[in-house]
Amino acid sequence: MKIKNTKTRTLRVILYIVLILMALVMLVPFAWMLSASFKLDKDVFIFPIQWIPHNPRWQNYVDIWNKIPLAKFVLNTVKLTIIVTCLQLLTSSFAAYAFSKLEFRGKKVLFLAYIATIAVPWQVYMVPQFMMMRAMGLADTHLAIICLQAFSAFGVFMMKQFYDGIPTELCEAARVDGMSEYQIWCRIMVPLSKPALSTLTIFTFVNTWNDFLGPLIYLTTESKKTLQLGLRMFISQYGSEYGLIMAASVLSLIPVLIVFLSLQKYFVEGVASSGVKG
Amino acid sequence: MGNTKNKGLSRQQKREVVAYSFIAPNFIGFAVFTLGPVIFAFVLAFLEWDGNNPIQFAGIQNFLMLAGNKRFLASLKNTVVYCVATVPLTLVTALALAILLNQKIKGRNFFRTVSFFPYVASLVAVAAVWNMLFSPAKSGPINMILYNLGVAAKNLPKWSADKDWVMFTVVLFSVWKNMGYYMVIYLAGLQGINSELYEAGSLDGANAWQKFRYITWPQLQPTTFFVTIILTINCFKVYDIVYMLAGGSSGVLNESAIVLVYHIYEEAFRNWNLGYASAVSMVLFLIVLVITLIQFRGEKKYAN
Repeated sequence: MKIKNTKTRTLRVILYIVLILMALVMLVPFAWMLSASFKLDKDVFIFPIQWIPHNPRWQNYVDIWNKIPLAKFVLNTVKLTIIVTCLQLLTSSFAAYAFSKLEFRGKKVLFLAYIATIAVPWQVYMVPQFMMMRAMGLADTHLAIICLQAFSAFGVFMMKQFYDGIPTELCEAARVDGMSEYQIWCRIMVPLSKPALSTLTIFTFVNTWNDFLGPLIYLTTESKKTLQLGLRMFISQYGSEYGLIMAASVLSLIPVLIVFLSLQKYFVEGVASSGVKG
Repeated sequence: MGNTKNKGLSRQQKREVVAYSFIAPNFIGFAVFTLGPVIFAFVLAFLEWDGNNPIQFAGIQNFLMLAGNKRFLASLKNTVVYCVATVPLTLVTALALAILLNQKIKGRNFFRTVSFFPYVASLVAVAAVWNMLFSPAKSGPINMILYNLGVAAKNLPKWSADKDWVMFTVVLFSVWKNMGYYMVIYLAGLQGINSELYEAGSLDGANAWQKFRYITWPQLQPTTFFVTIILTINCFKVYDIVYMLAGGSSGVLNESAIVLVYHIYEEAFRNWNLGYASAVSMVLFLIVLVITLIQFRGEKKYAN
């Protein structure tokens, strides 16, 4: 019995060592980023690595706002992210309600159209999509990015899955009570589907915030660029201003970090359920 | 007219109008910006168009050009290499992580959060750090560590600056960034395994490895299947990772690092060979389609 105890104890110790090593591998790049963001360019590559700079250079965080129109980039990204997320939530849950709880002609065909396009990667149709948007005069506009992101088949599919799990009797009872379909959606379905809406919020938020290829294709005017595009532009123009690049990178991570930490539970549940259902 | 029409609507028709009003906001956007372009993509692959001059019918010309285009062949090869390396590596690390984090340990939530964060972190920022950490110069932090571990200065890898190392660097980064996502899927799979199986295993005197081999692994088969499919599809769509790690400041990928989606991008938006770019898209589509069909068959199998 005693032998077994020491054996499980050593195993525990090994387990923790492995986990701490893993956490280090995941975190070191971020720690290095933070540390370098407070350094002069010439000090960034000093070895052994100076994790806590002797003279933290706060100036980097001031300079970066003047070097590139960072505030404009942030504003553009915030605007796009909020509009896309709201539109996505509203229209997806609206459509999903009809697909899940209402009967109408063409329901199967319409839903099939959604499902079929989920299997087609965006990269396959990004070229004709761009040509169409250009023909509509939407090239180099934020509206193009919004149209591109806001009506995803994924959102409708995900919300429908969730609504399918809500008993139909609930809606029928409400209909008997004289509620209209809009009231049922607003007063019953939306409050009940908070977990699914949270998951969709965080997915859409992170996707839109971090999207690169979409803005790269569509946005050419500097003042319209998003944070990711602006950051990338800065890196290719001032490749050796390491301290500033890292300061800008830290700033670009903060909003995602906040949203992720506060909605983490829903995010993890969303990912997990996609796996179980798959 | 409108009045009589309204009167003429039966209850059923009224209900349908309501249903369509729910669908319409999303469906109109979806039809115009997704469904339309998808259909257009299939047509465009058989046309010749530079975006300005009149469109011409090209038949299968665009597809014939694929075989002779060195950059296409290189991009196909690199993408396949990337998939073949990334899929198993990500799978194994994600599974190992999930098993570790499924134990009763202190700080479990902290470790889960930490391993998931790279996945949500913005690519441009983390790629910038990686480019510095894996700087090809001797002074790059990773190379400095290798040097201090006794690797001779002339043998230090040049990472993404070396045509033989560039895909390796990209794969390493990709595994690091994405394994947290698949770990979460595996965690859900692990939590779905009946604990009685493990209790029975313990009674039979099974050790940890045997429990993994005969209980965990077979029970996780549907999850592994699903993860493999999703991972493979995502690998074929790879673009931005390579662009940022190997593209340098110009963002141009040479033949040692070019991938399919980049080839579509350059042919369409730099050379304006829209028909040809769509033919490349069709290759990507066919690959993903085959994987999806395998997925459907697998789902049927595991549903029974």
